[in-house]
Amino acid sequence: MAVAFDEMNIPGGELRPAYQELARWLKETPPEALEYRRQEAELLFRRIGITFAVYGEAESTERLIPFDVIPRIMSGKEWTLLEKGLKQRVRALNMFLRDIYHGRDILRAEIVPDDLIFQNPVFRPEMNGQQVPHDVYVHIAGIDIVRVDAEDFIVLEDNARTPSGVSYMLENREIMMRLFPDLFARHRVAPVERYPDELLAALRSVAPLSASSEPTVALLTPGVYNSAYYEHSFLADKLGIELVEGRDLIVKNNEVFMRTTEGLKRVDVIYRRVDDDFLDPLTFRPDSVLGVPGLMSAYAAGNITLANAVGTGIADDKAIYSYMPDIVKFYLGEEPILKNVPTWRCREPKDLAYVLDNLSELVVKEVHGSGGYGMLIGPAATKATIEAFREKLKREPEGFIAQPTLALSTCPTCTASGLAPRHVDLRPFVLTGSKSTTIVPGGLTRVALKEGSLVVNSSQGGGTKDTWILDE
Amino acid sequence: MLSRTAENLYWLARYVERAEYLARTIDATLRVTALPAAYIGKTNEWDSALLTAGVAASFYQKYEEANEHNVVDYLSFSVDNPSSIRNCIEAARLNSRSVRTALTSEMWDTINSAWIELQEVWSKGTSTREDLAKFLRFVQETSLRFDGSAYRTMLRNDAYWFSRLGLHLERADNTARILDVKYHVLLPEEEHVGGPLDFYQWSSILRSVSALTAYHWVYRETLKPWLVADLLILNGTLPRSLASCYDNLTRNLDQIGVAYGRQGPAQRHARGIRNRLEHSNMNDIFQHGVHEFIQEFITDNSRLGEIITKQYLI
Repeated sequence: MAVAFDEMNIPGGELRPAYQELARWLKETPPEALEYRRQEAELLFRRIGITFAVYGEAESTERLIPFDVIPRIMSGKEWTLLEKGLKQRVRALNMFLRDIYHGRDILRAEIVPDDLIFQNPVFRPEMNGQQVPHDVYVHIAGIDIVRVDAEDFIVLEDNARTPSGVSYMLENREIMMRLFPDLFARHRVAPVERYPDELLAALRSVAPLSASSEPTVALLTPGVYNSAYYEHSFLADKLGIELVEGRDLIVKNNEVFMRTTEGLKRVDVIYRRVDDDFLDPLTFRPDSVLGVPGLMSAYAAGNITLANAVGTGIADDKAIYSYMPDIVKFYLGEEPILKNVPTWRCREPKDLAYVLDNLSELVVKEVHGSGGYGMLIGPAATKATIEAFREKLKREPEGFIAQPTLALSTCPTCTASGLAPRHVDLRPFVLTGSKSTTIVPGGLTRVALKEGSLVVNSSQGGGTKDTWILDE
Repeated sequence: MLSRTAENLYWLARYVERAEYLARTIDATLRVTALPAAYIGKTNEWDSALLTAGVAASFYQKYEEANEHNVVDYLSFSVDNPSSIRNCIEAARLNSRSVRTALTSEMWDTINSAWIELQEVWSKGTSTREDLAKFLRFVQETSLRFDGSAYRTMLRNDAYWFSRLGLHLERADNTARILDVKYHVLLPEEEHVGGPLDFYQWSSILRSVSALTAYHWVYRETLKPWLVADLLILNGTLPRSLASCYDNLTRNLDQIGVAYGRQGPAQRHARGIRNRLEHSNMNDIFQHGVHEFIQEFITDNSRLGEIITKQYLI
């Protein structure tokens, strides 16, 4: 594995310009002061209740995501390029979805193979030919970005279903501003606090035609036991919209209403944080108690906007991912600004053979997995694990893709033995409304806290950092 | 607002109020039982505490004897007692999490901090009297802080009113239950044959509703049982009296009615109870029988809870 790109230090001892002021400040600040504020930050997180649940542990386990107080910094110039690339990518994702559920030009052009779509469990035949309001499918996208050098941004994963983490982006900034006002005074950091406003504007802009001129937006959560519940309540609060559960909603005459103390009230846009499978027991899983019976028929009747749309999973599927550069070119006629990680599709015999020969060097992921579960990191795995994985892979090659082990870039991070480089990624949040696509400058930086670890997922011991885009 | 949100706010306030009431009951009982036997007679005060908390039946399924150790544990920390202080705080936190958007950050912080403290400091219960006193103070302070933050920080809209409904309904129930258990020491004037024994009973009752000092300010008299009853039932200036609870309940229901442009059975029922309290005096109540009066009140009060639920919360 190549040496990781260090976002702060240039090999040879120089500092990258964006980090110069931080480095000066770190030199002036005694380690105890840093430790003291780290503890204070943790206390704040706990008091605010910014917790998440880990599935598989006892029901009441609420955990904090470790927060690292050293910010991750990018220059405005870097951001401008990234922003352009993100907008391009999300535009293509939306056009791809519109096409897949309507004309299917891209299949006819044989850019993407048919069976990857039609045999894919996340493809929703219910959406065939259905008009979604304003043709927007992915209103909120979380695109996971990694860096391996100073030039390129690489997309690790597109999240087009119900991406989470934006509350950490906002809360991390709040807490940093509270704890390190002096450090902020020495930088010009682009603000992120407009995110809730922009999200609300985007959601209101995609209301169905039958909505009133003051559309009602609600956030649909699976409930308090969901791992991202804090985020749901946080966002509903910041947006000033009702946080509803399935049982709060009822469908009548193909319109959706919420039960209020003053009777039924129509809802026009649902920012749903419930997966497709659980949305409507009449259409999808009949055992779901999280959803709303009849929601899909109201959707088909055009009386409700779901954000994100149903069936967007087909765009962020790991098997589709490897086609994204072609998808961008096909719809936009442009070269993709953001790179893809080279990907071997294990469904293709030639690729499979290569993957099987090189397991100890590759990262193998389940096509439908997420959250860092069920993946093999070759270089870090034992022989036995690799062999077990090999069998799994041979049994069901179409279920996997493989990628080289990327040397994710590193940022200075607080550790038990002082500041040390740790691997990071970045999830910016891209909002698409009826008229425009916007991104607040920044995103959620996740950091693998264990030395050498490349897994940044919170469920696997990752932490977060505040992400600073310098306004130059 | 969402019916579920209103319901959560209503129950949140009830749980917090109940936790405080339980803490006060334990505190008052500790004081009475610390007296030499000659001062309190043969009644088992811990048994009374269970009765006023309304959990005597379930307690005796688990324990043989109502002594300090068992009752304190059952009322404070027991996981099996659905309305133990611990479970009240747990339930309050769960309700708060469900309605975070309707709470101010101060209210959330109060409940969340209490929940954290409950787990970190009080997970094993208390082993000494000193610890117990600290615990009871912690519970009462949580309730005061919660109530204070609601009063000082909430918008005066339906969210506030529904939370107040929960508080006053629970409070009325608690006061009525004390009266129900202790009515036999609250005899009418002419029958009074009191001695030192009853004096401590009366002061204990007043203490459990934080009205001991108030009594002296209102009546400027030594403790007299009919005045204690008068204070707790009819005196509109005492926040925990039945009359005062119903002043608040009718006012909050009216505010909801005005805001929604519609009145309903809840408003009518509450007004009915308040009118009855307004037009009663202690003589009538004693003639009618304190016990019967209180029993009727408890039934009417929980009926109001059901009506509110049907009208707004589901």
